[in-house]
Amino acid sequence: MDYSEKVMDHFANPRNCRKMEDANGVGTVGNPTCGDLMTIYIKVEDDVIQDISFQTFGCGAAIATSSMITEIAVGKTLEEALKISRNDVAEELDGLPPIKMHCSNLAADGLQAAIENYYENNQ
Amino acid sequence: MYLDNSATTQVSEEVFNEMEPYFTQEFGNPSTLYKIGRESKKALDLARQRVADAINAKPEEIFFTSGGSESDNLAIKGIAFKLAKKGKHIITTNIEHPAVKNTLGFLESLDFKVTYLPVYEDGLIKIEDLKEAITDETILITVMHANNEIGTVQPIEEIGKIAREKKIKFHTDAVQSFGKIEVDVEKLNVDLLSLSSHKINGPKGVGALYIKKGTRVVPLIHGGGQEKGIRSGTENVPGIVGFGKACELASQQLEQHYEKLSSIRDELIEKVLATIPEAYLNGDRENRLPNLVNFRFKAIEGESLILLLDAKGYQASTGSACSSNTLEASPVLTALGLDPVDVHGSLRISLAPESDEFDVDEFVNVIEESVSRLREMSPLWNQELDYDGVMCKKHDDCRLC
Ligand SMILES: Cc1ncc(COP(=O)(O)O)c(C=O)c1O
Ligand code: FES
Repeated sequence: MDYSEKVMDHFANPRNCRKMEDANGVGTVGNPTCGDLMTIYIKVEDDVIQDISFQTFGCGAAIATSSMITEIAVGKTLEEALKISRNDVAEELDGLPPIKMHCSNLAADGLQAAIENYYENNQ
Repeated sequence: MYLDNSATTQVSEEVFNEMEPYFTQEFGNPSTLYKIGRESKKALDLARQRVADAINAKPEEIFFTSGGSESDNLAIKGIAFKLAKKGKHIITTNIEHPAVKNTLGFLESLDFKVTYLPVYEDGLIKIEDLKEAITDETILITVMHANNEIGTVQPIEEIGKIAREKKIKFHTDAVQSFGKIEVDVEKLNVDLLSLSSHKINGPKGVGALYIKKGTRVVPLIHGGGQEKGIRSGTENVPGIVGFGKACELASQQLEQHYEKLSSIRDELIEKVLATIPEAYLNGDRENRLPNLVNFRFKAIEGESLILLLDAKGYQASTGSACSSNTLEASPVLTALGLDPVDVHGSLRISLAPESDEFDVDEFVNVIEESVSRLREMSPLWNQELDYDGVMCKKHDDCRLC
């Protein structure tokens, strides 16, 4: 795979990769059959993402996108965070190989699922 | 350390030296009559003799091609078109190389019927299944000798015996077995056998098809009538010369290499299975090539494992969908009945006889470290995650699900 340096960096040194015990929003997306499964944990206070982490089963791109979204989303309000798109994540990583754009680029979906879960928990 | 010798090998220095003059000084066309043409012809004859000797065939039974893929195509289409009037049924396995599998797929589009024998968990076919599949219409059986992903070796001799009794032509793809274990066309009872040069330290883009005397095939490439009209086109003289030399070296060193490689392989299997939890060997433990192992590790994905190993200086490969051009999981590992998630966690290691500096303990440590690291990241490891509920919920542009 032809990965950018940034993808390789986030793959080799993933940021915020851990299970979060006191998360108040958790989202899992993907399909292990296809090779990618991603869980995003968030801790929200006053509508702001104070802490975010992930766990991912998947290829280099899947791990790098998960890592990247934690950097993009931390400190953002939920409203801002919901606007982060798959393309934003790919752009921040200086691009992904075209074949990986759909399958492994799950992080934005994972974050949305975590935020939805937070809303469900806190209605 | 290069551990992907089933993908391709390095051209050895002896092979390269033998080829070199045929690019520059000895550039003659072997079909011409003056001296420099005759020299090229002589070089072809020698190479043909060397290939024949390596598989216990006669030189007139060796037909040079552009490699393993062409040899498979020539054998299968060549027989199918030749014998179509007798019958249109072909028997094969469900773990063949794409050069065989896709050729058969093409023939199916021309109304040939193909039976794909299953392999079982050990990666081997059952002879009973073969016997049951044979009909009056069967014109060809094609079963690979050794598999390129898991290294299992099929019972070719026995299959050949049955084919002969039933007077059915029998082809085997010996691209991976050649140079690793004995390949003797007489003992194997085959009518056609495919070889490729770049898997045995020869150059790429050259190979051969063994066609037993008396077996007729329809050519695929028509033209000036080279290779007795079976494969037209001015011969790739330097390539063929290199292939011939590689065959000679491979047969001379066969036993010595077998001993050396199989002992490294055994140590590797033993240590990986002992050191790493939830690690498994894919394919039968006994009937396998000396140089190839395929493992699977629970809860991790192969492409990321390959990237981590590469960062530590080891080049290996995986059957994970994520590493293929089509995002399709390896059909071979799937044929073993493995769960798709487990297919993702596969690692293929193929050794070279020249890998003297290969330190098994060090390598096993690196695998162990990499696997643990990925497992620490994985939501599937040591967690009771019910992923059925989340499958592709948000993933409707997925091409596979
Ligand atoms: C079993 C098998 N058959 C056929 C081939 C194709 O050979 P080639 O690359 O020479 O066309 C290969 C290697 O890629 C192989 O492993
Ligand atoms: S989830 Fe289906 S291809 Fe990735």
